[in-house]
Amino acid sequence: MDHTSTFERILRGILLALVVLFFMFPIFWILLMSFQTNESILRMPPSVFFTPTFDNYIALVTGEMRTAAGSLQLNFMQNLWNSVLLSTTSVAVALVLGVPAAYAFARFKFRLGEDIAFTLLSFRFAPPLLVLLPLSLYFKSLGLTNTYIGLIWVYQLICLPLILWIVRGYFEDLSPDIEHAHRIAGYSWFQTFRKIAVPLALPGIAAAGLLAFIFSWNNFVFALVLASADKQPVTVGALAFVTASGIQYGQIAAAIVMSVIPTFVLAMFAQRYLVEGLSLGAVKG
Amino acid sequence: MGELVLSKLDKVYRSKRTSVHAVKSFDLTVKPGEIVALLGSSGCGKTSTLRMIAGFEEVTSGSISLDGRVIHTLSPSQRGVAMAFEAYSLYPPLTIGENIAFALKAARLPAAQQQILVKNIAEMLEIAGILNRYPSSVSGGQQQRASLGRALVRKASLYLLDEPMGQLEPQLRAVLRGRIKHFLRENNCTTILVTHDQTEANALADRIAVMEGGVLQQYATPAELKARPANLFTGAFIGEPPMNIFDAKITAAAREIRFDIEGGVSLAYPVSDFSPDVQRLIAGRREVALGIRPHAFHIGNGALRGKVISCQWLGDQTHVAVDIGGRTVVSVSHARVDKQPGNEIGLSALAADLHIFDAETGRAVAHGGSPA
Ligand SMILES: Nc1ncnc2c1ncn2[C@@H]1O[C@H](COP(=O)(O)OP(=O)(O)OP(=O)(O)O)[C@@H](O)[C@H]1O
Ligand SMILES: [Mg+2]
Repeated sequence: MDHTSTFERILRGILLALVVLFFMFPIFWILLMSFQTNESILRMPPSVFFTPTFDNYIALVTGEMRTAAGSLQLNFMQNLWNSVLLSTTSVAVALVLGVPAAYAFARFKFRLGEDIAFTLLSFRFAPPLLVLLPLSLYFKSLGLTNTYIGLIWVYQLICLPLILWIVRGYFEDLSPDIEHAHRIAGYSWFQTFRKIAVPLALPGIAAAGLLAFIFSWNNFVFALVLASADKQPVTVGALAFVTASGIQYGQIAAAIVMSVIPTFVLAMFAQRYLVEGLSLGAVKG
Repeated sequence: MGELVLSKLDKVYRSKRTSVHAVKSFDLTVKPGEIVALLGSSGCGKTSTLRMIAGFEEVTSGSISLDGRVIHTLSPSQRGVAMAFEAYSLYPPLTIGENIAFALKAARLPAAQQQILVKNIAEMLEIAGILNRYPSSVSGGQQQRASLGRALVRKASLYLLDEPMGQLEPQLRAVLRGRIKHFLRENNCTTILVTHDQTEANALADRIAVMEGGVLQQYATPAELKARPANLFTGAFIGEPPMNIFDAKITAAAREIRFDIEGGVSLAYPVSDFSPDVQRLIAGRREVALGIRPHAFHIGNGALRGKVISCQWLGDQTHVAVDIGGRTVVSVSHARVDKQPGNEIGLSALAADLHIFDAETGRAVAHGGSPA
């Protein structure tokens, strides 16, 4: 298989390294920043040599930020927990609702089916700000403001359309006859859905779930308007680092690193799973 | 084991822009243990019919009953029907063996018995060696046999086999044909088999249903289908090479009946070659469609004269194509015929081998001197 010369291989290695460096540089820089004090970050000219410190991480974990102007309380760990809770629950709810719905849209033709599917998709291109103001009024009168349930509900606007449309495509690509063969062998509709359709569409479901998770995780504006500090995710919580006495770059960097970790781990896990699912493949014919 | 009755079955596929009437008022009865072949050109509605019986397509109108039980309202899992799919449709994450076994698992058979059944079927279909492989890693023909095995391995009231051997080479097909027929007979399986291969239909089926444009054209034994086609379509569809069809003018005189064929040639027979009934049927007509099978022609100095276009010895028969009055007529002789293209030749046929069809409706009027 390998007919390439040594020179070509080296060249390819260098090019790959350059591309990786280019794309990874900001993240790498942030990682470095997270181990520095604000002074060493802001010194001119910038340098990659510094005495590493864990102060930023300690401040985040203990929830106490010491600045030149004194000590501040931080909610970071609570925010991180909120992010995990909101994103995971939202994606779980969206999967439970969305996967069967996607199956229905893919397999059964019913009146208004396309219209309903399209309406759900249109949630994706409606600007959130458009719905936020009326929504915040409704939430007030329903008592949903600043509740996890309320936020998870709004997060369905992000997750549900994604899952519905991606998973639907996967279901449509599966030959219905594979399911028919299973049904005719004496299994019910639901058993076939569970044992044949869902396992075969799993790569798609994993991809959709991962995307929905990332979108939920990165959401900012819903929680900003509809919740207060104790229910807000890291994206909103990070605002606290902009203090009266200056911006805490080191802590922001540490916060970014810590808040990227869950998504990163999930992506690594899901990626392995995606590849596995795809290589099972050959769902043709 | 079951008797299947389709009555007035209709299938219309409707979408926003078009509607396709795929099956039209289809009546068919399959007796318990009978093997029926469904024969017809591509797109004539064979698969649609099977899918309605299996329950994957709703019946637009009409009814289906199996063993006296109306089944078209039941879900597929309750119908007791096994099916081998045109596109195999094996389940990719399971091995060939597991694919074949999964209906047995649903029936909660003991594992040991499952294994024996799977092994027997696999041996019959010559796929015993690939039971541990995955569908994506075996050939199309092997997948097809696995799909057939999956249908045959289980007990069902009715077996639907949609082109079960289309991917196989003729030698293997011939071998499997015999084994499958034996298997179906042994287990007294009521079967509908879709095929494009007339030899297969003739060899396997007790009766053949010929379909065209969603309409059942004729339902008869293989022999009857060949000897007495009900209309022009079945006449032309059944038989290889296909029947020659001529537009002919009839002149019935006192002593002879003459068929004048376009191109200035004619066939004449003594009146006594036709039964009185046929004479009466013909008497009123001026134009008919005359069908003569290639095998029925006698090659030599007959009245249908023309120039040889091609002459091919196939090892056991000769195919001679002749240009008669501007159209190509195909004849087959079991003897070796040595003619060069351009040679003058004459074909003749016995009155007993004529198929006479109504020129307008295409319905059969008479076969071989007796009424249809
Ligand atoms: N799901 C569908 N929607 C719309 N039209 C369909 C659908 N399935 C089949 N048809 C149409 O119905 C007609 C009959 O199709 P069917 O699959 O029954 O043919 P067939 O006899 O099995 O052909 P083949 O020998 O090629 O398998 C065709 O004209 C086809 O285009
Ligand atoms: Mg078909």
